[in-house]
Amino acid sequence: MAGLLDLDRSIAGPGYSRWLIPPAALAIHLSIGQVYAFSVFKRALQAHFGTSLTAIAWIFSIAIVMLGLSAAFLGTWVERSGPRKAMFTAACCWGSGFVIGAVGIATRQLWLLYLGYGFIGGIGLGIGYISPVSTLIKWFPDRPGLATGLAIMGFGGGALIASPLSVKLMQAFDAPAANTTAAAAVTSGDAVMKTFLVLGATYFTAMMFGAFNVRIPPGSSASFGSRGKAGAPYVPMRTGVTISAANAIRTPQFWMLWVVLFCNVTAGIGILEQAAPMIQDFFRHDNHGTATSSVSAAVAGGFVGLLSMCNMAGRFVWSSTSDIVGRKRIYMLYLGLGMILYALLATVGASSTAVFAALAGIILTFYGGGFATVPAYLKDLFGTFQVGAIHGRLLTAWSAAGVAGPLIVNAIIESRGKPGALTAEDYRPALFVMVGVLGVGFVANLLVRSVDPRFHQATVPAEAPAPAAPMTFKKVAP
Amino acid sequence: MSNTATATLEPQPENEAPTSTARLVVAWVIVGIPLLYGVYETLLRAAKLFTG
Repeated sequence: MAGLLDLDRSIAGPGYSRWLIPPAALAIHLSIGQVYAFSVFKRALQAHFGTSLTAIAWIFSIAIVMLGLSAAFLGTWVERSGPRKAMFTAACCWGSGFVIGAVGIATRQLWLLYLGYGFIGGIGLGIGYISPVSTLIKWFPDRPGLATGLAIMGFGGGALIASPLSVKLMQAFDAPAANTTAAAAVTSGDAVMKTFLVLGATYFTAMMFGAFNVRIPPGSSASFGSRGKAGAPYVPMRTGVTISAANAIRTPQFWMLWVVLFCNVTAGIGILEQAAPMIQDFFRHDNHGTATSSVSAAVAGGFVGLLSMCNMAGRFVWSSTSDIVGRKRIYMLYLGLGMILYALLATVGASSTAVFAALAGIILTFYGGGFATVPAYLKDLFGTFQVGAIHGRLLTAWSAAGVAGPLIVNAIIESRGKPGALTAEDYRPALFVMVGVLGVGFVANLLVRSVDPRFHQATVPAEAPAPAAPMTFKKVAP
Repeated sequence: MSNTATATLEPQPENEAPTSTARLVVAWVIVGIPLLYGVYETLLRAAKLFTG
């Protein structure tokens, strides 16, 4: 098996279509995107373990922390081992995470859920997230934004699939509860355990499909565009500059992009975290001494669904657009127009639900677009040599924003009262803070310049023939 | 730490038949159908925003 997973066993043969790579990448991202649908299990797990919601929420938090850590620290291993071994490892971690979690539910051992879904599954998330990025960029050097947009769109799409699928599985395994119309009916632990097992097996299979369909481009000297029946559409990864992950984090460009991603994610989470109570609070009016919202819980749920769609669509649409308009310009749009939209949300958002939903929806497309475009931005700056590993390290910005975003927003909002009983006025300070956060990101993006040549490890002319001997990179002093 | 880091060239590619259109279609259908299911379910949910 180890031989089958080796890098040299996953090199594309003549005529291998590069259009098989995006579905392989999508199979991985659609699977690991399930993590954003974890909330559908929260209530059932809380009742099953008889513990607090916070104790259950830790399962998700551990998984996200491990995603960031494994992406950051295992990135160079992923680059060295190739996408097939990385995807295989991710599938084993993610699938076994569900199985160990299921054992934890069956034996009422919450720590097994922390270990399985959280720790081991989280490692699978990190490796899985970055595993196809480098390969996609190497196959699609002419349209890296489109390629990575397709894959990272899958991470958003994974939650759209997992949420209704998990609910239906739990209902199928928990017939008595499904037949109960009482709103208070809670799914049994047994049904959640069986759902975990089915999801684990399904995701393992889907990720294996990805692992055994992915190929790396052959080291041919064929220039891009000469593809046809005769050969894979290889464009050399040796085009332009090559900068290692170790050197990339020593450049100001990496940290400017870190700030850009951090600000963009923080601002997006500001809306995502509070979406349902926020829309209800925005349209809460005094009605004979009682503040009631004109937005029902069902409509608020529809708003959350709309935001999920915008988040997913933005990943593909904006990232693909960046191939045409350029990476720096597209981030100027995300951050600059984002500032204007946030300010409009604060000032005229309460005028109608359509205006509110439209403004928030566009902001969420920028949130998704920011995630999906960043690998191509990294490729532009640092080359393709270790772009997957550099991307992994940059994702620490996501982890940091995942902590900072809700902290900032919740602290400001809770100082005004309890979400679900506020008005539009109470949200304005938090929204204007987000305008400032986006402003910081906007400036950081403007400061991104080409990387100083002293960080380059090798510069190879475009469309150069593959060297006949191993390429030697010079070591660059820190 | 050595002063040089070496990136070796890839060995020869695997021998396999050129990708057929059928294989491409099947690969995209395998990931496309679940994605469309998720989008459909989410659109149903999002429709409540407009229908109440």
